[in-house]
Amino acid sequence: MSAADLRFFRSELFLIFGRRRNWVGLATLAVVPVIIAISTSMSDGDDPTQFFSSITDNGIFVALAALMIELPVFLPIAVATISGDAIAGEANIGTLRYLLAVPVHRTRLLAIKYAAVAVFAFTVAFLVATVGVLIGLALFGGGDVLLLSGNSVGMGEGLLRVVGVCLYIGLCLCALGAVGLFVSTLTEQPMGAAIAIIMFSIANFVLDAIPQLGWLHPYLLTHHWNDFGEFLRDPVSPSAILPGLFSAGAYILIFLSAAWARFGARDVTS
Amino acid sequence: MTDALAVESRGLTKRFGRQVAVDAVDLAVPRGAVYGFLGPNGSGKTTTIRMLLGLVRPTAGEHGLLGQPMPRAAGAVLPKVGTLVEGPAFHPYLSGRDNLRRLDAADRTVDASTSSARIAAAFERVGLSAAAGKRYRAYSLGMRQRLALAATLLTPRELLILDEPTNGLDPQGTREVRSLITAIAAEGATVLLSTHLLAEVEQICTHVGVLHRGKLVAQAPLAELRAAAAPRARVDTDRPEDAARVLRAHGVEDVVVEAGAATGRPGTAVAPEKLVEALVHDGVPVRGFAISAPGLEDLFVSLTGEGFDVSG
Repeated sequence: MSAADLRFFRSELFLIFGRRRNWVGLATLAVVPVIIAISTSMSDGDDPTQFFSSITDNGIFVALAALMIELPVFLPIAVATISGDAIAGEANIGTLRYLLAVPVHRTRLLAIKYAAVAVFAFTVAFLVATVGVLIGLALFGGGDVLLLSGNSVGMGEGLLRVVGVCLYIGLCLCALGAVGLFVSTLTEQPMGAAIAIIMFSIANFVLDAIPQLGWLHPYLLTHHWNDFGEFLRDPVSPSAILPGLFSAGAYILIFLSAAWARFGARDVTS
Repeated sequence: MTDALAVESRGLTKRFGRQVAVDAVDLAVPRGAVYGFLGPNGSGKTTTIRMLLGLVRPTAGEHGLLGQPMPRAAGAVLPKVGTLVEGPAFHPYLSGRDNLRRLDAADRTVDASTSSARIAAAFERVGLSAAAGKRYRAYSLGMRQRLALAATLLTPRELLILDEPTNGLDPQGTREVRSLITAIAAEGATVLLSTHLLAEVEQICTHVGVLHRGKLVAQAPLAELRAAAAPRARVDTDRPEDAARVLRAHGVEDVVVEAGAATGRPGTAVAPEKLVEALVHDGVPVRGFAISAPGLEDLFVSLTGEGFDVSG
């Protein structure tokens, strides 16, 4: 990336992270782990749900419980809003024609836009986890981490595994972001684009829950998302992680290509 | 593409479905000209400009800017072109200054270290410095228009393509913007000014192109267009019928009888003073006699066959 590209990229990040609407969205995402931690600390009953049952033993499970809760709806909504806004938002207010007349090459614009969406995707994953770890440690303390496979690892390694989870979820959200960027090139209505992307992600979850459609499941965008739990087994098995990585990679490749093909040929009349 | 032309197109055509928005337009804007791109609303001006900038793909034809083929040379040419297309458009929740920063950041040909100074100078030049820190949302239409003009002045330009630059400005602002355009042109830049205001063209343009229903129906230096337009003679009299008869007898064409006057096109066949002499000789009481060149508006009507209404 040249200095000029870096400057444009920073400007793009400023658009996303400098916008009050997006602060509110990020704050909403960050509140969930806080609610989970506080409600867990106030209840005394055993919660058999995965991750929730371990929270009182070790605070970092607040992060994992929050990610699990937010993964089907909250995080996709956040990424859908940002990625849907990418091109459609600029088209909607007319700034797209001025960017292209600067000139910004269309491929360059898509690349910068997608890079910013990817940064946002990883940011939300790490934001939820970080808030979760902090509030969890504050309320429940740390210590050795009991893994899903039954053995324990030290606090340091436990945190490293949480980082792995965030990277995995971040990549999954990047795949949704690629779909979002493509949808965003189809319309001049950022809200419409965001809703379409949210519907797409929900439809994936729904289809994934219908057992009769088993043949379809491996190809669904969200099929491997919950595999992030594999990072909490010992040893972490590549064969359990890789399908999710491949699936995300394939979605990114296909939908970025589609966005490029669509946007490169489009008449900008907004 | 010749280097002498700042804007050049051949057979530039755009069809949207079955509708032909721009029909085989051959633009030729000489370097250094202030070219008034004139046409009623809906005549295809904006679509033409969008094609020139590479925003819309022509259905047929080719075009170039500053001697280079578009859209192939867009990366090299467009940094030298300042544009205002179909009104200002900025991020509403950013300040005017942040909006210009963003446009400047998008331009890979500029020096980032001079960005602040160039932005401040652009604000100064359009008289918007006091509002630079205000959110764009809070700008009036006139301020928005000025901000869009400031954006075209972020770097030195060889060509400005301005679509209705005085839209929404008050008379004072309109005057300022016109003098700004004149000043920029005086520094050597070419200006393509799309407008539907004839007064604007008469005041600041050196060349005119008239677009009508997607077709370029006239294109010439303004002075040439004016010279070509036939002047009319007008005889004020209480016997217009008799005056008309005399005028016809002396080869005046297109004679029209009005209440208290007769008018017609004398052409070059007969000198005006001879006409007066003839009228007086025939006993027509002449109260007034005038030769008037048609205004641009008459010219426009004669070219397009209609007034300044929306073309279908």
